[in-house]
Amino acid sequence: MLKYVLKRILLAIPVLLGVSIIVFLIMRVFSADPAPVVLGQHATEQAMEAWREANGLNDPLIVQYFNFLGGALTGNLGESYYTHTPVTQELLSRFPATIELALVAIIIASVVGVALGVLSATHKNSVIDGLSTIIALVGVSMPIFWLGVLLIIFFAGYLHVLPSSGRMDPLLQPVGGTGFYLLDTLLMGDFEAFSDAVAHITLPALALSMYSLAVITRMTRSSMLETLGEDYVRTARAKGLKKRRVDIHHALRNAMLPVTTVIGLQLGSLLGGAMLTETVFAWPGIGKFVVDSILKSDFPVVQGAVLLIGTIFIIINLVVDVIYAYLDPRISYSKEEG
Amino acid sequence: MAEATLQANEPQKQAQPDPESAPKQAEKTESLWKDVWYSLRQNIPAMVSLFVILLLAIVAIVTYFWPQVLPYDPYAQDLSASFQPPSAAHWFGTDQQGRDIFSRVLIGSQISLTVGLLSVAISLVIGVVLGAVAGYKGGIVDTIIMRIMDMMLATPSILLAIAFMAALGRGIDKAIIAIGFVSIPEYARIVRSQVLAVKQSDYVAAARVIGDSDAVIIFKHVLPNVMPSIIVRATLGISSAILDAAALGFLGLGVQPPAAEWGDMLGRGRNYIFAAPYAMIFPGLAITITVLAFNLLGDGIRDAFDPKARKR
Amino acid sequence: MALLEVHDLVTEFPTRKGVVRAVNGVSFDVEPGEILAVVGESGSGKSVTSLSIMRLLQDPGHVAGGSITFDGKDLLAATESEMEQIRGAQISMIFQEPMTSLNPVYRVGDQIVEAIRTHSDMSKKDAWARAVEMLRVVGIPSPEERARDFPHQMSGGMRQRVMIAMALSCDPKLLIADEPTTALDVTIQAQILELIYKLRNEFNMAVLLITHDLGVVSEVADRVVVMYCGQVVEEGEKFELFEYPLHPYTLGLLRSIPRLEDEASERLYMIKGSVPNPLDMPSGCPFSDRCERVTERCRRERPELKEVPGTTRRVRCFLYDDEAEVAHAVEATEKAHVVKAKLEAEERERIERARKMSGGAEVTVEIEEEEEVR
Repeated sequence: MLKYVLKRILLAIPVLLGVSIIVFLIMRVFSADPAPVVLGQHATEQAMEAWREANGLNDPLIVQYFNFLGGALTGNLGESYYTHTPVTQELLSRFPATIELALVAIIIASVVGVALGVLSATHKNSVIDGLSTIIALVGVSMPIFWLGVLLIIFFAGYLHVLPSSGRMDPLLQPVGGTGFYLLDTLLMGDFEAFSDAVAHITLPALALSMYSLAVITRMTRSSMLETLGEDYVRTARAKGLKKRRVDIHHALRNAMLPVTTVIGLQLGSLLGGAMLTETVFAWPGIGKFVVDSILKSDFPVVQGAVLLIGTIFIIINLVVDVIYAYLDPRISYSKEEG
Repeated sequence: MAEATLQANEPQKQAQPDPESAPKQAEKTESLWKDVWYSLRQNIPAMVSLFVILLLAIVAIVTYFWPQVLPYDPYAQDLSASFQPPSAAHWFGTDQQGRDIFSRVLIGSQISLTVGLLSVAISLVIGVVLGAVAGYKGGIVDTIIMRIMDMMLATPSILLAIAFMAALGRGIDKAIIAIGFVSIPEYARIVRSQVLAVKQSDYVAAARVIGDSDAVIIFKHVLPNVMPSIIVRATLGISSAILDAAALGFLGLGVQPPAAEWGDMLGRGRNYIFAAPYAMIFPGLAITITVLAFNLLGDGIRDAFDPKARKR
Repeated sequence: MALLEVHDLVTEFPTRKGVVRAVNGVSFDVEPGEILAVVGESGSGKSVTSLSIMRLLQDPGHVAGGSITFDGKDLLAATESEMEQIRGAQISMIFQEPMTSLNPVYRVGDQIVEAIRTHSDMSKKDAWARAVEMLRVVGIPSPEERARDFPHQMSGGMRQRVMIAMALSCDPKLLIADEPTTALDVTIQAQILELIYKLRNEFNMAVLLITHDLGVVSEVADRVVVMYCGQVVEEGEKFELFEYPLHPYTLGLLRSIPRLEDEASERLYMIKGSVPNPLDMPSGCPFSDRCERVTERCRRERPELKEVPGTTRRVRCFLYDDEAEVAHAVEATEKAHVVKAKLEAEERERIERARKMSGGAEVTVEIEEEEEVR
């Protein structure tokens, strides 16, 4: 098992290197010169040249790449063209907001998705099956930013029950702590702040979770239908187990294997979707920051953020692989696999 | 202990190269398509979706060649008429510049369909070629191609597309390239795994024996066999391309003004969300219906190719 | 009173093209402690019969008529929770596919423990000890360690032993074995059959053995039920039936068994034609289209299952409306009993000799199996 994990980690390293190359190629080779954007249309050629020189953009590409890579390895992702603050610091300060949003969304998507999938598989062709099929279809067809807009119009604009933007009322905002407001406020026992944080995260998390919820529902349903037809489910029934116990302990336990992988992949894609959700709900996370930086051609920020998200994505995949191996004894107890 | 079963031994049939296998295969392919079309026609949601898609295509073509059929000029600004709620005159209301939203939604079908089709075409062609070469050649070529694909898959595709747009700059052509580029790996993966399976089959071995070249084998024998999965993937791919394009538009990375694009319209309506919700509801509805139609059609085609999956 | 009485059982599967009667009026009894073999081709309804008894039919299949009485209890009228108390505790079942019949994510010991604890208040520790003991009973070497294995770490034969251990862990009165050896290698098949035969005595249970393999039947069964197209066509004591089959279908089945003593050059016999489409049955006897002794009447009317006096048997065929045929059958049956008595005497003598040679020690059947650890 340990060997398996180590092997997976070693395999992830070249992929990470590759991501850094792709990011670098996109930002430095394919892209137009950022100087006129950063300095403004009316900057002199001399000023732009000096700016390029200062930011190392005149070095040979290979030198630029190794500077970037060397920096990235030591946690230095360069400085923003505009604020001149280190990109690492900018990203880390916004990191908890995005992760908190993504985690709440994936929890909603997994819990509701798996429950709906199981119910529609065990009650095939029933009303709940039809309902979850519709949810699954509409969920993957709706742009999440539009869903966000609809939620805002209804809950914030029409019902006035939930806030439409931001992470928290600034007056209640916890100081210090982990940066995960739900956790911080709960640890401090400040329930007013906690409920405010919950109110703020509800709509963005719902909007963000919808697509994954749909995918997880669909996957759980088909996987569950497959395991329900397996011989070992019949064996379990023949032992005299109750249907509910067979559904959960035997069918679902096996159906969760592929679903786990899907949940992991969805958590990764939520990080991409977070850019849209954060923009809609003015959520102060990495996603919104990246979008703003792209519009300003602040390349070091974009580069660093893409690399960071790519890294998290790979780590998530790694964790999912390990969880999968843990859940499936055919992998963890296989003799060929050391 | 005597072993006796009811099944009498059948004489083993010798596998013989069939000289007529080529025309037979063509016939078989033709009847496969007929079967698929037949079972697709039984699928009501898929047929409704096909109808919706054809309708959208007609709208896109007609409004392109005869824009005069639109109730209003979708680009004509009239600030005195800005943000009129839906009415008999303006079915979907007007936007900030007083432009008729209904006309803009209709004409927006041009861009969404174009982006959907062209970007899928890009990823399809490049992905199929890369996947076929990787699967067929194997070895170091395979390793290099697939490692690059893995790296591209290691980043959320919308993030990669956004990075591309940031580098390339705005414009619908660039959006097509960015979206097309980031989904290459999906096609390459599907084609590669299928090619690996087909490569082992007897008829490919036979073709090699009679001296067909690699290119001939790939195009005549291997690709027709991977077509079903590619068609399904491409249909579903169009819907995700349309979603991605709308996302880029929404973030302000899509079209240049004053072009009408659904995602862009949504993005511009954002500041007036409470004052003029209709400016965001209708373009979003158009995206959702279009994407839903392609998804349902893709599902229908998949079920038609694989009757086993339908039961689920 | 018989342990299990199946009477006029009808099981239907509605399909898009019409209702398929997979089981169409099947009746038989299983006496306590006996091995009853149900033989038939695939599609004859034998597996559906066993699933009907367990009430484990997959939707939309359902029992449409008849009765199933187990130990005096009407199973078709039992509630689902009553059935749950019967399944695994009083009637156990093992299946054709040992490779897929065990849950891949649980240790085999835990799967047996689950069965035990479902039907008793045993502690986890005691149940585990019982599971290990059961694995020892079915001949699994070093059961303490193997109980911790996952199914994929065992061979097919070992897994079928685990299935048997699980099925017997609650001392059932009836074991339904649905093609228990079909998926196994030939040498392993013999071991599993021998095990079932041996355990039947040890556990004093009845066995309903479902199979398409007459070789299996000849090894272990006491009585045989032959099924064709969802109906019983012949039933009787094994020896009688093998020596002088009454129904032309049974005869065809027996003749298509390859025998060593037959001339090597002789072609294997095959019953002509194929099983009729369940949605398009012949209006007369279902076997009429394939029968060598078919008459006009067979094509018009359906024969009933009738007892043949002077024998242990019932048969569904018009042939035995003829006095001469019946007389012939009775004569053959008597001969068969003579042969059987002789064979049994020889067998007793052989065992006696073996006992003397081994110095009076009890002769036990050793079970050995080459375990392919994968």
